[in-house]
Amino acid sequence: MWIEKQRHILDFTLSSLARRKGKNLALIAVYVLTVSILGSVMFYSAAMKREAALLLKDTPEIVVQRTVAGRHDLMPVSYGQEIVKIRGVGTVKGRLWGYYYDPTVKANYTFMVPEGLSLTEEEIIVGRGLARVRQLSKGSRLWCTTHDRKNVPFRVFDILAPESELISADLILISEPGFRKLFGISGQYATDLTVKVRNPKEILTIVAKIRQILPDSRPITREEILRTYDAVFDWRGGLVLLALAGAVLAFLIFAWDKAGGLSAEERREIGILKAIGWETGDVLQMKFWEGLTISLSSFLIGTLLAYLHIFFTSAALLSPVIKGWSVIYPDFRLTPFVSGVQLATLFFFTVIPYTVATIVPAWRAATIDPDTVMRT
Amino acid sequence: MRKSDRFFLFISTAALLLGIVLAHAHFFGRHDLPAFQTVCNLARSLEITDLCLATEAIYTRHPSQADWHIPFQAHPTSLEHFPTGATIRPPDTWRNKNVD
Repeated sequence: MWIEKQRHILDFTLSSLARRKGKNLALIAVYVLTVSILGSVMFYSAAMKREAALLLKDTPEIVVQRTVAGRHDLMPVSYGQEIVKIRGVGTVKGRLWGYYYDPTVKANYTFMVPEGLSLTEEEIIVGRGLARVRQLSKGSRLWCTTHDRKNVPFRVFDILAPESELISADLILISEPGFRKLFGISGQYATDLTVKVRNPKEILTIVAKIRQILPDSRPITREEILRTYDAVFDWRGGLVLLALAGAVLAFLIFAWDKAGGLSAEERREIGILKAIGWETGDVLQMKFWEGLTISLSSFLIGTLLAYLHIFFTSAALLSPVIKGWSVIYPDFRLTPFVSGVQLATLFFFTVIPYTVATIVPAWRAATIDPDTVMRT
Repeated sequence: MRKSDRFFLFISTAALLLGIVLAHAHFFGRHDLPAFQTVCNLARSLEITDLCLATEAIYTRHPSQADWHIPFQAHPTSLEHFPTGATIRPPDTWRNKNVD
């Protein structure tokens, strides 16, 4: 009985919405757009944060840099011998990596010496993004200028897998002799040191000791690295939302006006319904269904569009914001990640306010005398 | 067919699609898939500290390794001096070099 009554009210509500088809379709279109933009930013930020957390979960526990005159400087390998003496430190290794600016394509590359890969001095392994920009393939040559202005060719031994572009698009893996020859760095120096700690609970104590023993060093913990990425994606997401705030506010005003301020026609409709026997509760139920029809449809369509945008088109509309000045940009598909909390948040901020906004003014109109409503 | 039936059919279809989306995210978004594990292994073996998302500057390529003392590199969590960093748009000639 109750269900049948609700279905009749819904039938009437849908007919009522269909009478103002143009206006309501425009409202749904804007509503869908707003939900899909908010959903896109939410899905993108969450997926990137999760991807970063998983990819960087095994990053070195402590990276120790040396700073000179406020700038990152080369690290004497002898510093490692001091650090390894600290109680609780497992192993200390020197890392060799650095940047190379290629004026041909105005791009920065990251050179890195891998451990456990046997490459000759002339061989390199390149990331897929770099190979794309420089049109490199296995066996082709990449000419680089050494620190003493000599042009040397490197032979591309291999290209890294496309799935790894998110960490390796601009990467060039090179042998240690090749790296030292290219940048003119002697064997006494490394770019920085990585420290393995036996007990993770002691990381902060060891960091304090490193600072004490080597005052010109700057230790960076794994925790700080992971926190950086949380901050980066919160910031990027926040920036996009800030830019869209005007559009979102415009929608809110539009929706509030549409839902909150009843038109003369709608007030007359309520008056007639009351005059023919509808009760205040029935009118409120009709308005509830009206709000729910529009907001639920928009939420479902908008959320689906946001998902397709982020995980099937590789965030085509958001990527220019992230690409910025980059010449080499990774071509990657984010691993889909949607949680119930995300959907609940999106639902709460889009569906609930609109549904509530439709009921309050209708209650005001529904409690007035039908004769007065019809005459105004 | 009544209008309410059509409406419920539409909502059910959309809700079903949303369910499929969640199932897709659950099964295809698993981070224990071999391809993702290969990338994790590479990141571990190379001791990667940063994602390769923005290669234009040192502090954007390796935000976690950027130094503390220079403007734009003030701190790992303070990447840009808003609004300067966010409002400088790359020139068209530069942006056209982006290879998709």
